[in-house]
Amino acid sequence: MTAAPVEPSTDGEVALSVRDLHTAVGGRRGSLRLVRGVGFDLHRGRTLALVGESGSGKSVTALSIAGLLPAGVRVTGGQVLLDGQDVVRWTEGRRRALRGGTVGMVYQDPMTALNPVMRVGSQVAEGLRAHGWDRAAGRRRTLEVLDEVGLPTPGALARLYPHQLSGGMRQRVLIACALAPRPRVLIADEPTTALDVTIAQQILDLVTDLRDEYGLAVLWITHDLGVVARIAESTAVMYAGRIVERGRTADLFARPSHPYTQGLLRSVPAADQPHQGLLPQIGGTPVSPATLPGGCPFRTRCPQQVERCADQEPPLLRRGPAEAACWVPPEDWRPVGAAEVRHG
Amino acid sequence: MSVTPVVTETATAAAPPAGRLLTRIWRDTNGRIGLVLTAILVLAALCGAVGLLPHDPIAQFPDARYRPPSADYWFGSDQFGRDILARVAAGIWTSLRVSVVSVALATLVGATLGVCAGFFGGWLDQVISRFVEVLFAFPAILLALAVVSALGSGWFNTAVAIAVVYTPIFARVARGPTLSVRNAEFVNAQRVLGIPTHRILLRHVLPNISAPVVVQVTLALSWAILTESALSFLGLGTQPPEPSLGLMVADAQNTITSAWWTMAFPAATIVVAVVALNLLGDGLRSALDPRREQSR
Amino acid sequence: MAEPEFVGPLSGSRSGPGTGTAESIAEMTGVVKHYRTRGRGEVHALDGVTLTVGRGEVLGLVGESGCGKSTAARLLTGLERADAGTVRVDGQDLAALDRAGHRRLRRTVQLVFQDPYASLDPRQRIGDALAEVLTVHRLVAARTAARARVGELLEMVGLLPATAERYPHQLSGGQRQRVGIARALSLQPRLLVLDEPVSALDVSVRAEIVNLLDRLRRELGLAYVFISHDLGMVRHLADRIAVMYLGQIVETGSWEQVSDRPVHPYTQALHRAVPVADPAVEYRRAGDAVRGEIPDAARPPAGCRFHPRCPLAEDVCRTEVPVLAPPSGHRFACHVRQRELGVVTPTSAERPADARGRLSGQPATASRSTGARP
Repeated sequence: MTAAPVEPSTDGEVALSVRDLHTAVGGRRGSLRLVRGVGFDLHRGRTLALVGESGSGKSVTALSIAGLLPAGVRVTGGQVLLDGQDVVRWTEGRRRALRGGTVGMVYQDPMTALNPVMRVGSQVAEGLRAHGWDRAAGRRRTLEVLDEVGLPTPGALARLYPHQLSGGMRQRVLIACALAPRPRVLIADEPTTALDVTIAQQILDLVTDLRDEYGLAVLWITHDLGVVARIAESTAVMYAGRIVERGRTADLFARPSHPYTQGLLRSVPAADQPHQGLLPQIGGTPVSPATLPGGCPFRTRCPQQVERCADQEPPLLRRGPAEAACWVPPEDWRPVGAAEVRHG
Repeated sequence: MSVTPVVTETATAAAPPAGRLLTRIWRDTNGRIGLVLTAILVLAALCGAVGLLPHDPIAQFPDARYRPPSADYWFGSDQFGRDILARVAAGIWTSLRVSVVSVALATLVGATLGVCAGFFGGWLDQVISRFVEVLFAFPAILLALAVVSALGSGWFNTAVAIAVVYTPIFARVARGPTLSVRNAEFVNAQRVLGIPTHRILLRHVLPNISAPVVVQVTLALSWAILTESALSFLGLGTQPPEPSLGLMVADAQNTITSAWWTMAFPAATIVVAVVALNLLGDGLRSALDPRREQSR
Repeated sequence: MAEPEFVGPLSGSRSGPGTGTAESIAEMTGVVKHYRTRGRGEVHALDGVTLTVGRGEVLGLVGESGCGKSTAARLLTGLERADAGTVRVDGQDLAALDRAGHRRLRRTVQLVFQDPYASLDPRQRIGDALAEVLTVHRLVAARTAARARVGELLEMVGLLPATAERYPHQLSGGQRQRVGIARALSLQPRLLVLDEPVSALDVSVRAEIVNLLDRLRRELGLAYVFISHDLGMVRHLADRIAVMYLGQIVETGSWEQVSDRPVHPYTQALHRAVPVADPAVEYRRAGDAVRGEIPDAARPPAGCRFHPRCPLAEDVCRTEVPVLAPPSGHRFACHVRQRELGVVTPTSAERPADARGRLSGQPATASRSTGARP
């Protein structure tokens, strides 16, 4: 419902569904709303890219789903549905089983996400033991998954320590850790940002291959529109804690509706732009949760705002092939789902 | 020096005002207690120094020997009929003078050594670090005793002795953060901009390592008070008839059974002073915590 | 905003041999820089790199980690010295500079860092940081003059003069990078080395900084060395591009040649690897990632350093070091491509005498690099 895909027939079954998610950090002087009503579905065998800048709430959304929010930050509303069950209300113990077991996570920095004094194989196996695999099965699976992520000679490699691996190999090990217990959902938080471009490309291809092979539902968090174009069937663009536009990647890139998406796509230097000419730029500064203006959060940087933008925050509205949260132009918008329009 | 008044003035303006630091210490429970206790001690010492107390700390009154605490003699009197309150106040003054001077010396020398070792590295770091390790190898009180025996007694020599003991601690405390600041991008940036090295050290490295050093200062002050008392107790620090807390405790050893107040008040004052400065150090530590600064 | 006095004082105050006569603002000739590390051995950061930056020219330096692009930046700005080869700025050999010469160097070449937050002293107000540079170099006489000049500099990079009162943490990433640029410009340099100046910034503010750099270059007649891993950015801004791999230049030429008609298989791989925001292009690229890892720069492969990952590799690539050829224009160091395109390469007799055959564009001047390091 909420994330009614534009062409539902071509997508697989829904593996995970996020509905009207709200996350806030509580402080003595009031709370800051980091995520303000985000909803989407993850489909088996598909990748959804969650795009945004720092402070847009994209990583907080991922951490909310995985139940890994830091102290002081909590989910204040909405649901994360896995097989029809809302995992947000689960106890920490049940959520731990879910993390890794059903939902795997890969992080940005492969240096810090691995324990430096533990052999690579043990780190993969440790996660398996935690999810009830016995020692022998765990060892077999560890070697198998190290091979699946394209690491040569898994037997020898499992005995190495993280510092003996290159950045790309470490990221493969992290992916192996995430995929070892055969999760159905993979959340990837900028896993290629810290890598060199030729290595990043290998990781992008690897995750796509594994996704196709095992029917994984992938949520890929990134700020890089190029990465989105490469790996994701659908895209959701976040700004100031909300999704401001979403749709099939091809449509969204060809005909962006939201002024923010339009600005982002235009500001990337491309072959069809004049050499050394002015790049079209979005003015202003990205807003933070502490400096949200009233009404549409993008209006302070928007080139085409109208009076209504200051009064009321626009909900996601169907516009052509995609959905966008923008009042301009008003002719062709219509509501897309009651749940999405509810907050404002 | 290419330091011109222009930048000196603007740079001092950039330092966080002391008033805000006090407010931040006040917000911390430990800091608040430490601040209040320290203020009381300093106030008492000042009262004694300017003669606001009813009795003289040195004048002897044979008629008034061993008076228990009363309205006239709040802390009682000792075997020479001297007012213990006046002597405690004067003793605080002596202790504070010795510890402040010794810690100032130790900070100056130690932090300079530590900053130079951390910033320049190489053989200089090797030399300084080995030297510091050698000093560390001696037990603190033995080292102080050795220095005092060599220099002779007197409050300034006591201060120098204590400074020698604490110099390696400051060197070590300053060296660590300097190492990380040296590799910070902004130091590279200033080299490229042609800012002279001495200026980078004074204006950019020092302020950025000041927090751990300042915390160390308050802790060292409390240790210095203890060390001064210990030296005086052993007869190598302050010399009679000048009042000193350690000396008073030493003198009271024989009278403790008959006149408990002769021992209790100076000893309690030492404890209060050490606790006060430790708590203040705690408060300062959390006040200077950069994470707290960011959340503001 | 391009006040004439901004460019003026540079030529007048400088003297010394070679000043102002050279065609180029900076040159590296056969430069070698190795770092000795504990445990890893000797890291070959630069191995025989020759490049020039013309006056007012933008040279794009592209490559991945370990390719030596940041080392090149440190050498050009005088932060480090070359082990062998020469680095010349404004005609002067940096190895021969005295104290005064170093001071002049600061006012000729400046560096803009990748992380604008880390490169500003967190405890210093923006205005004080800028005023400090001005007073240390005696570019202003009085306090009021410093304040006025700081205001001008801030306005030049599109910031309000009131920004001077702020601390770095009170600014956004884009504003901080503008401050970094203003600080570099306060010394009125003629060459700015930009080390990944936009990669730490949010996507939506990158274009602003690129536009700012483009405007400043035109207004002030600056030359840039623009270092990046993003071929798209470099293509947009650069006049000429040099592609580096493991301490060597593998391809160089005009921006069109290198970016739109790349010849070296590494440049081509890099080109495909940088994702572009166009699903139609990206769809075709899926699955053609270049294989293998970037080798450890402490143990570079023999022969052509790219051969273990190269789809074109032949026997000759495993043993013989390719040399940049042809002598000018669009140059590349690849045995296979040079043969395919009929490029005449220097015979082995003309090559550098170095047994391991360091890549060098100028065989004749390689004398210093041969006996470079033990």
